[in-house]
Amino acid sequence: MKKLSLSLITLAAMSAPTFAADYIIDSKGAHAAINFKIQHLGYSWLTGRFNTFDGNFSYDADNPQASSITVNIDPASIDSNHAERDKHLRNEDFLHVTKFDKARFVSTKVTDVEEDGDFHLHGDLTLHGVTKPVVIDVEKIGEGEDPWGGYRVGFAGETKIALKDYGIDYDLGPASTHVLLELHIEGVRQ
Amino acid sequence: MNDKARSWGWTTITIHWLSAIAVVGLFGLGWWMVDLTYYSDWYKTAPHIHKSVGILLAALTLFRLFWRATRPRPEASGSQLEQRLSMLAHTVIYLLLILLFTSGYLISTADGRGIEIFNWFTLPGFGSLIENQEDIAGTVHEWLAYVLIGLALLHALAALKHHFIDKDKTLIRMLKP
Repeated sequence: MKKLSLSLITLAAMSAPTFAADYIIDSKGAHAAINFKIQHLGYSWLTGRFNTFDGNFSYDADNPQASSITVNIDPASIDSNHAERDKHLRNEDFLHVTKFDKARFVSTKVTDVEEDGDFHLHGDLTLHGVTKPVVIDVEKIGEGEDPWGGYRVGFAGETKIALKDYGIDYDLGPASTHVLLELHIEGVRQ
Repeated sequence: MNDKARSWGWTTITIHWLSAIAVVGLFGLGWWMVDLTYYSDWYKTAPHIHKSVGILLAALTLFRLFWRATRPRPEASGSQLEQRLSMLAHTVIYLLLILLFTSGYLISTADGRGIEIFNWFTLPGFGSLIENQEDIAGTVHEWLAYVLIGLALLHALAALKHHFIDKDKTLIRMLKP
C-alpha cells in the first residue's frame, strides 16, 4: 500500500501540468561556482573564481525555451589563490571594483535545445561597467529530489569573453586576450 | 663607537644615511613599479627588491630605535616650540616607518605566503587577519608613503635651515661625530 501510494505520487508529479519552477542558486551551500581561466603567456592556464554571487532562475525540463536566469556577482570577490594578484585584478588595470562594484548576467533567450537537455543560453553580461551579449553553452547535468526534502536541478555552462570587449586593455600578451568562464549552477526549487 | 652627548656617533650617522637612501629609493621604486607592464623585465624583480630592502630596513629601524633609546643624545637647538615640533616630527617619522613596514608586510602575506628576502631567507606570513587585507593594506601603504616623503622633505628643509640660516651644528653633527 505504501509502495503503491508512493508510485501514485510519483505518477501524479510526472503527469502534472508543466509550468516553469522557480529556483534559487545554491550559493549558500556552495553548490555553484563561477570559475574562470585565462592563458598564462600561452604556456598554461591560470584559474580562479568569484566567491560571492547569488541568483535565481526558472526552468522546466519540458519547456526549456521558457527558462530565464539572473546572476549577481561581486567582482571584488575574485580569487586566484594569490593575494597580490587578486589585489591587482581588483584595481584600475583590470576589474576596477571600487568603481564597478557589480557584475551581472541576465538571460534573454534560450535556443538550440537538444535531446539531452543541453541548450544555448543568450543573455547580457555586465562587467567592468560594460554590458555585452554573450551566449553560454549549457549542459544540463541532472535534476531530482535531494535527500533533505527539496528538489534540485543543475547545469554546467561555458562561454568565452574578450577582455577588451569589456574595456579591460591591460596587456597580458597575445595568448591572454580572452577569458573562459566556467559556470556551475545548482538551483533549489522554491 | 658610542654616541657622545656632544654629537651623534658613527652608528647613528651610518644608520641615518642608510635609512635616508633606502626610504627615498623604496619610494621611487614603489612608485615606479606599480605601473610596470606585464612584459617588463622588471615586473617580477622590482617588487622583489622593494620587499627585500623594505624588510631589511625594518630590521635596521628596530635596531635603530633600540640604539636611540639606550644612548645619550646631543642637546637640541632652537626655541622650545621648535624643539617640540621637531620631537613630534621625528616621532611621526618613526611611526610612519613602522606602519609602512607593517602594511607592506600585510599586502604580501595576506594569503599566508612568506616574503622572500633576496633569495636569502623567507619571512613567514601569518595569513589573513582582516577581510580584503591586501587591498586595505595596499591603500594604507601608498598614502603613508606620500606622507612620509612629505615629512622627510620637511626634515631635510629644517636641517638646511639650521645649517644656512641658524648657522648651527645640527646638520654637521649628523655628518661627523
